[in-house]
Amino acid sequence: MLEALSYVFVQNALIAGILVSIITGIIGSLIVVNKMVFLSGGIAHSAYGGLGLSIYFGLPMLLSTSFFSVFVTIIIAMLTYQKRENLDTIIGVTWAIGMSFGILLVDLTPGYNSDLMSYLFGSILAVTSDDILFMTILLIFILLTLLFFYRDILAVSYDSEYANLRGIKTRFFYTLILILSALSIVIAIKIVGLILVIALLTIPIYIAQKFCNTLFITMILSGFFSILFTIFGLVVSYKYDLSSGPSIILVSSLSMFAIIFIQFVKRKVKPF
Amino acid sequence: MQTINPISIQQLFFKYEKEFVLKDINLEVKKNDFLTILGPNGGGKSTLLKLILGINPLVQGDIQIFGNKIADEIPNIGYVPQNTNVNLNFPISVIEVVMMGQNNIRKRFFGYKKDEKNKALEILGKVNMREFVNTKISNLSGGQRQRVLIARALFGNPKILLLDEPTSNIDINGCEQIYKTLEKLNENLTIVVISHDISVVLKYASKAVYINKNLTYHDLSKMKDAFKNMGAHVCEIELLEMLGKCRC
Repeated sequence: MLEALSYVFVQNALIAGILVSIITGIIGSLIVVNKMVFLSGGIAHSAYGGLGLSIYFGLPMLLSTSFFSVFVTIIIAMLTYQKRENLDTIIGVTWAIGMSFGILLVDLTPGYNSDLMSYLFGSILAVTSDDILFMTILLIFILLTLLFFYRDILAVSYDSEYANLRGIKTRFFYTLILILSALSIVIAIKIVGLILVIALLTIPIYIAQKFCNTLFITMILSGFFSILFTIFGLVVSYKYDLSSGPSIILVSSLSMFAIIFIQFVKRKVKPF
Repeated sequence: MQTINPISIQQLFFKYEKEFVLKDINLEVKKNDFLTILGPNGGGKSTLLKLILGINPLVQGDIQIFGNKIADEIPNIGYVPQNTNVNLNFPISVIEVVMMGQNNIRKRFFGYKKDEKNKALEILGKVNMREFVNTKISNLSGGQRQRVLIARALFGNPKILLLDEPTSNIDINGCEQIYKTLEKLNENLTIVVISHDISVVLKYASKAVYINKNLTYHDLSKMKDAFKNMGAHVCEIELLEMLGKCRC
């Protein structure tokens, strides 16, 4: 098993897995406490439009999907800030339009596109140095944002009406949370794929929330669980020659059910 | 010299779409009043509170806080929203919630200052919640959670405290505890509270207004003893009859 670490692509996979785990631990916590899980699903699927643009015009995939997702996210933020009751409908519409746009562009591109499958199911073993650089920059940006604005983000997430009354620019922070979510989702798609990304953004957080009194500790513990699940998932994937994305998610899910079962038996916390 | 009232509302009309929710509301809330706003659902109680807070835009009529525009006096208003508006599963400790009450978070850096923590502890003491300082908010009872939200509202040193149904979904004991806390705070604060628990709130409030689009005003000072002797199950009609006797 350890000899695998001598391969550069395995080293890259491990570094990427750890970086993405920390990112999804932090941003997933924000997504869960802001009840934006469906919204993140919408962003993930609409990012497919960015993939279509990347394949059709031969653009770098990560950059293309990032720009497209941020563009869609800003539209969602503008349309939903005042009228949150429209959120579900708008997410449904952008979800469908983004995917349709992407599929049509892929259809119009001649030849077979290997990128497509890796986008759907993840390709952590194909992570490049450029991808790692992108992940590192995003992580630094997220950490700096938290360093300077943690209290504002906490206030907006907990009670945005009250935060607004206390003079916090809630529209700015709502949009900022959404943009950070969009970029993190695009990165996480690289690891586990579009179809499984929601699990990576929610399962570690769901577990961590049971043990944490504060959002900050939830972010740290979620990141820690996420790193554990990613490494164990990669080990399972390597040992049994399975796809890495689904392996990571299955390890996460089994851990979650095990913890729920243990807690259920102990009767300390009600399951679900 | 004419005294300036904490809240002064003149000829206020408000509508969300076509129909008026509030019509010709005139109200003066004086210093250290404990005013309760009563009335049916949809009668305009929460709308009036949100107008006082500046959440709903002022279209027709005027509201002044200490003789000034609402926006200038927002730091002097503490607000306790409805219990049901808050995410109960949010991973947040009591002290973090309290410190959210600070006006314009000065220190935009991670962490909290020592003087902020000390102030939060002092305020938690005032609402008898100091022992729960590091408790997760979701581990508290409804009444305890509401007292934490009162502490949050007090953190900015307000002169007026507005509460929107602070005792909804809270048992009768929790209800009494909250109103006792408010009664104590009323020594230094002007309090306006929307409530459906009329049999409890009238024991503590000094004045009442009944809002169902229009407003009727009642001075409760002469009725205090009657309300204090009431049982917990007095029906709304009986109370309104009693209020009718003290209408000003």
